[in-house]
Formats: sequence, C-alpha cells, structure tokens
Amino acid sequence: MTKADIVEEVYSRVGFSKKESSDVVETVLETIKKTLEKGDVVKIAGFGNFAIRHKGSRKGRNPKTGQEIEITPRKVVTFKPSQVFKEHILQYDARKAEEEAGGRV
Amino acid sequence: MTKAELVETVVENINGLTKKQTEVIVNTIFESIKDALARGDKVELRGFGSFKIRQRQSREGRNPKTGEMVAVPAKRVPFFKAGKELKIRVDN
Repeated sequence: MTKADIVEEVYSRVGFSKKESSDVVETVLETIKKTLEKGDVVKIAGFGNFAIRHKGSRKGRNPKTGQEIEITPRKVVTFKPSQVFKEHILQYDARKAEEEAGGRV
Repeated sequence: MTKAELVETVVENINGLTKKQTEVIVNTIFESIKDALARGDKVELRGFGSFKIRQRQSREGRNPKTGEMVAVPAKRVPFFKAGKELKIRVDN
C-alpha cells in the first residue's frame, strides 16, 4: 500500500475529492515530520505515538574491513503502536482463525 | 502533538475543509493503515517511512504480580521504520 492507495481509500470511504484527500494525506505526513523535527512527540489516539530517541555514541565495526569505528550520537524516530492498534491485528487474526475453524466443521 | 492538534494544523493549512471533515479524513488515513497491516499488507509512504507486520514467536512469560509462569502466544505486531527523509530531518 502506498500514499496513492491511502488517497484512494479516503476518496472511496468518505467521498472527498481526490485532490482534497491527497492534500490532507500530504499535510498530515508533513506535519508529523515537522513536529518530530522539533523533537516533539506525536500522539495519535487509537494508532500510536511517534517520538524521538537520543542514542549515545557507541563502538561499531565496519563489517567489510573489520575495523573498529565510533558511531556518533544521533536522534532516531521510534513508533510505539497503541493497544488499540495491536488489538486490531489480534482481533483480525482471531476472526480469521474462527472462520477457518468454522469452515472445516 | 495530539490527533486533535494535528487536525487543527491541517485545517489551518488547507482551504475549504471544515474541522469535522478533516477529522473524518485523518481518522480514515490511520484506519486504512491499520486495516492494511491486519490484512498482511505493508504500507510504504515515501519520505515518511513504512509500516510492516513483525511476527513474534510464542514465549514463556511471567505474571509480574504473582511470579507465575504463563505462555505468551505467537502474534503479529505492527512495526514502523522511518524513511530516509524523515531520518535525516530528525537527526539534522
């Protein structure tokens, strides 16, 4: 699934024009990026939280040459799915398992 | 930033959409990502990142209250990997 497919889903599920759907998708993604860039957390209820983690420097190794190198401190994005998101997956799997079991009887 | 604040920002940046309409669209975006992952699809958003499913093996866990051993079943969990542009912008 790509951005275009999400635009398509928004268009078909809620009936806004493709232009509007596409504009909102772009703006949502850009807003999340800008917020993370500032170092702020983005909390999407029912979906999950995007946050920045500061990683300290550590020793690494060039896998080709085996040479030891210093990995510089850096900031990385982490995503923690909400309980609702995790349940969404588990419930889908439970339904599917039930259907399959039902189909065999 | 919360979802409500995200909706506010989008309303301010796009002409012609009400807050209610924007809210519906924003919810639909996240719902469609959740549905795609449940189906087993991955979601790739260029410049942002990708959402995928990771398979977790079953394992022996422990009830932290009673100390009792419990079996944690195998399951699928959502996973996000930041894209190149987002990585660079965050670590500037």
